[in-house]
Amino acid sequence: MAAVKQRDWWERVTIAVPYLWLLVFFLLPFAIILKISLADPVIAQPPFTPTFDEQGSLSITADNFLFLLTDKLYAVTYLKSIVMATAATILCLALGFPMAFGIARSAPSTRGVLLLLIILPFWISFLLRVYAWMGLLNNYGVINNMLIWLGVIDQPVRLLYTDFAIFIGLTYSYLPFMVLPLYATLERMDIDLIEAAQDLGASRTEAFWDVTWPLARAGVIAGCLLVFIPAMGEYVVPYLLGGPESLLIGRVLFDEFFVNRDWPLASAVTIMLLLLLVAPIVFMQRNQAREIDAQQ
Amino acid sequence: MKKQSRLIISILVFGYAFLYIPLISVVFYSFNDSKLATVWGGFSTRWYGELFRNEQILDALFLSLRIAASSATLATIFGTMAGLILVRFGRFRGRALFSGMITSPLVMPEVITGLSLLLLFVSMQQLFGWPGQRGFATITIAHTTFAMAYVAVIVRSRLTAMDESLEEAAMDLGCRPLRVVFDITLPLIAPAMISGWLLAFTLSLDDLVIASFVSGPGSSTLPMYIFSKVKLGVTPDINALASLIILVVSVTLLIAWIVTRKTQPRASS
Repeated sequence: MAAVKQRDWWERVTIAVPYLWLLVFFLLPFAIILKISLADPVIAQPPFTPTFDEQGSLSITADNFLFLLTDKLYAVTYLKSIVMATAATILCLALGFPMAFGIARSAPSTRGVLLLLIILPFWISFLLRVYAWMGLLNNYGVINNMLIWLGVIDQPVRLLYTDFAIFIGLTYSYLPFMVLPLYATLERMDIDLIEAAQDLGASRTEAFWDVTWPLARAGVIAGCLLVFIPAMGEYVVPYLLGGPESLLIGRVLFDEFFVNRDWPLASAVTIMLLLLLVAPIVFMQRNQAREIDAQQ
Repeated sequence: MKKQSRLIISILVFGYAFLYIPLISVVFYSFNDSKLATVWGGFSTRWYGELFRNEQILDALFLSLRIAASSATLATIFGTMAGLILVRFGRFRGRALFSGMITSPLVMPEVITGLSLLLLFVSMQQLFGWPGQRGFATITIAHTTFAMAYVAVIVRSRLTAMDESLEEAAMDLGCRPLRVVFDITLPLIAPAMISGWLLAFTLSLDDLVIASFVSGPGSSTLPMYIFSKVKLGVTPDINALASLIILVVSVTLLIAWIVTRKTQPRASS
């Protein structure tokens, strides 16, 4: 269809309906969050001061942001979320890359089954998959019992409600998000190229770093961002597997809103989290757009 | 096909064990007679029986299914429109903003989506008194918004992979553009729309965080009910519920997989 032309009524409607829906239910809410993050908390319904006071003059405050920037607890929380999400992303990549590589290189008949087994956990409730780890990591859970039975330890080790549990939980939950995009790029890759490199005298490691890795880059980027971005705001994993002291942003935001009922501060926490994620999100969309262009 | 290296095979085995051991252990413990979920007290199916007598679970399940079906349907309609616009409509004003808005929900952390929508609903209620009560309607709207992004991605990749010649031929033969969409394009992308609907349905059934934000008192979805119980630790009846869900999902996916393999033997995505 041509670039500029008079559009039919139905074309206008097709554009307008999803457009308006997203404007109202996706973009507008962010404007509201921004507005509330600049208000003061009050004990009222709703619990924040209006943007314009009775005289109609603008009444906004940067207190919430100043508080977030100066309070040590929040700095630690943001930093810890970044560290946790990064660690989980690296482990997902370390495990997911060879898995995707193995699946892409397996015989077509087994490939379907292997892929199905990667997708299956994705369709089973996220919450229940995290819950499954509670049973495994428990003091009397499968892992501790196994270690005692093997004679490695004689007292149960505290595994559940630790940072280690959060780390495992994040990796476990987001592993399929890493494997699938990696598989998509590795499957399209021409295996002869690796063999050619090896025939020409490259060692296995050289062939990997010089041929496989650059060709898989788009998939690596997509996979890493699909793990990192949601892991940054994760709420269920730190709540169920982490201890009360393991504070990640997602959980702090939830508690600030529901437990402390400080809406302006919760909004400011959200804005700060968004600011941290804008760069990776934009980067991912560029990466995706390039991928789509490459396919067309 | 070249032989796989030993390293790759052992990582594959480890990876799949990592993915499946937790699930298998839940199913195993769901047959545990003991009330202490972690101590083995003999084989029993009594927790399954108690599940079906628990009215709270059944109510929550029914609400979740209603929300999932409505939001998946809306998401499929809007997501298909969005996919069509992006692939077949060429340039229009605000296209960049639109494509940004349709892909962002894919990665947006749930706490952000949840909080922002709740604040929207609260503001709307102050301004025009709707929604008076948060529950079915607000959760459906929230789920539609993020699920339509997934549908749009699926429909879009199907449309990009699809040859435009059939549509062009129909147009050359004098078919009106709207008829082309309904008679040619939509039937051709129907499989993508069905998988989009199924994905949207599952995502909605699965969602805990967004629903917790935008629902009001008295309306708990199934994940919200499960979460409220699981917060306190492992319980045998949740093990049984989890096992049932694992069973239903596995069987459904297996059937879907066999059916698609029979109908389109050489399509991988």
